[in-house]
Amino acid sequence: MGKPGRTLLAKIWDQHVIARMSGDTDLLHVDRHLLHDLGGSRGLLDLKSRGLKVHNPELTFATPDHAISTARGRAGTSKIGQELLAALRVETAASGIQMFDIDQPGQGIVHVIGPELGLSLPGSLIVCGDSHTCTHGGLGALAFGIGSSELTHVLATQALIQRRPKTMRVKFEGKLPLGVTAKDMILALIGHIGAAGGTGYAVEYAGSAIRDMPIEGRLTICNLSIELGAKMGFVAPDEKTFEFLRDRPYAPRGEMWHRALTAWRQLPSDADAVFDKEIVIDVEKIMPQVTWGTSPEQVVGVDARIPDPQTIDDPVRRTSVETALEYMGLKGGAPIAGTPIDWVFIGSCTNSRLSDLRAAAEIARGRKVAPGVRAWVVPGSETVKREAVAEGLDKLFMDAGFEWREPGCSMCLAANGETVAPGQRSVSTSNRNFVGRQGPRARTHLASPASAAAAAIAGAITDVRTMGR
Amino acid sequence: MPKPFSKLTATAAAIMRSNIDTDVIIRIERLVGNSVRGTLGKWAFGSLRYLPDGSENPAFILNREPYRQAEILVTGPNFGCGSSREGAVWSLQELGIRAIIGSGFGDIFFANCFQNGILPVVVDKEIVDSLAAEIEATQGAGRVSVDLEAQTIVSPSGKQHTFDIDPRRREGLLQGLDEVSLTLQRDNQIHAFQAADRTERPWIHFARKSA
Repeated sequence: MGKPGRTLLAKIWDQHVIARMSGDTDLLHVDRHLLHDLGGSRGLLDLKSRGLKVHNPELTFATPDHAISTARGRAGTSKIGQELLAALRVETAASGIQMFDIDQPGQGIVHVIGPELGLSLPGSLIVCGDSHTCTHGGLGALAFGIGSSELTHVLATQALIQRRPKTMRVKFEGKLPLGVTAKDMILALIGHIGAAGGTGYAVEYAGSAIRDMPIEGRLTICNLSIELGAKMGFVAPDEKTFEFLRDRPYAPRGEMWHRALTAWRQLPSDADAVFDKEIVIDVEKIMPQVTWGTSPEQVVGVDARIPDPQTIDDPVRRTSVETALEYMGLKGGAPIAGTPIDWVFIGSCTNSRLSDLRAAAEIARGRKVAPGVRAWVVPGSETVKREAVAEGLDKLFMDAGFEWREPGCSMCLAANGETVAPGQRSVSTSNRNFVGRQGPRARTHLASPASAAAAAIAGAITDVRTMGR
Repeated sequence: MPKPFSKLTATAAAIMRSNIDTDVIIRIERLVGNSVRGTLGKWAFGSLRYLPDGSENPAFILNREPYRQAEILVTGPNFGCGSSREGAVWSLQELGIRAIIGSGFGDIFFANCFQNGILPVVVDKEIVDSLAAEIEATQGAGRVSVDLEAQTIVSPSGKQHTFDIDPRRREGLLQGLDEVSLTLQRDNQIHAFQAADRTERPWIHFARKSA
């Protein structure tokens, strides 16, 4: 018997160990540190107050996304949002950190721009003070969110102390049915194993449906890893990954590209690698998904009924369903389809890439947003926006009655004054349906871009498959 | 720099709902700005603590005596899931919370607790449930003890339970160690790693935008 096979996690992890600390805890090298406007300047100021300097400014990149308005001209950015933007400019400049500023090429949601600029690379270790950093795992990187203290630690040392997580492999097998997307796959998984099903694990997504999936879909899948409790999720890099990265602005070129390719081809988990947990999902059984509650695990197929608390025996679960339904203003046992809505938000680090906008546009084309519904399309980055405009998507959406916005996080987290009003119901392509996430007492239903567009047209939660082309 | 934590006997409040996320612990708009610390205790659990008109919700446990004085939270599964915002920990700290006992926590929230001198204790769900039941039975009068040195918790009725904790984390909390200073003592190792890695993986270190 030779050595047992190694997982992708083990290969990337081991390559980044600067020092073994204790047990399964290591000091790891950070290859890319991404800063945004909400926490970036705070970290840099914290560092300054300790009399320290940024260890590797050339491995650190910044962009404003969370606290800026997405209105034209960034009108309506709060005073404090403007202060954070100004502070990010001043502090990154003082430390020699590159910043992709508003109205400049490269600006956008930090998890959209990393992959699109070629900053996020296979086999790299990426951190950011944002839990959806797991998105970058779609390119075969170990990427995870950190808190403010860890952020300061990375600025000061370009390293981070981490405990090696357990490994879970989720195989999505089969051919995706028409109208079912990456978003539906990952929501179905969260519904299946729960919002804590991945806690303590690093999740590797595999199987034929992942191999067949373009990179943007893989980024969506990895983005929701944190919603199943996993700090990081990733997909082994393959030829699709390399094609995606080739000629990106910050990707290696020439001789260095070929050397990188050779290294990246060694990364996938060995055939005999053993995982602590394995799950297989048959994607052919997945319906378009929509959440009905206040945790992403509270999700059903769009043709299903909302759970009825009266049929639940376990008192704890029953109370939890009742509490969620009360907040959401829904009746247990009723069909989820047909629920009238007030808002549609198409955007966020989950679903604001060009392919997402195309999928929504395909449904919106030649139709009209229902009376009484406000529908926003917020491209994920300046690049996405430019490319979408070149295809005429902005015009298509506006003709259909959608509002076309500037890139940013917008209504996903409501840190920028862009909120759903109390009691109003939104179908959102974002990642969290938490209590108050889109604004105090706002009611959020998570769904795919196509499903969200269908809801905007119908004025109600709708099975997108009935509106296909 | 985190405050050291060794031992605590205090009032405990049980919040047993599962999946209490960090958005529920502290809303994002309270965290927008570089000088929010010190202002957050008032807003912890805002949507649970206050009614829409801004008045206190008498039904929420932390609005009742003696739970207003709670320094320990006993929590349902997956407490602190969701966003990485460290403000969730800061807001609990400003509320006076020093230890949290649950069957599982969001990974990032868990790490953030240690950075601030708050002890998150993971024990089996049965133990969490029995602690919560005992606290309720004494209407909060029964105090809970958490001893990090001995790795034990003692329930209001005197039942003792042991818990596991990463030895490095335990040490850090007992001494109130500052991770940044500790890692900077290894700066020569970091530089040695980077020097070798520049040859091994130059594409990481020489990311330059090509024209």
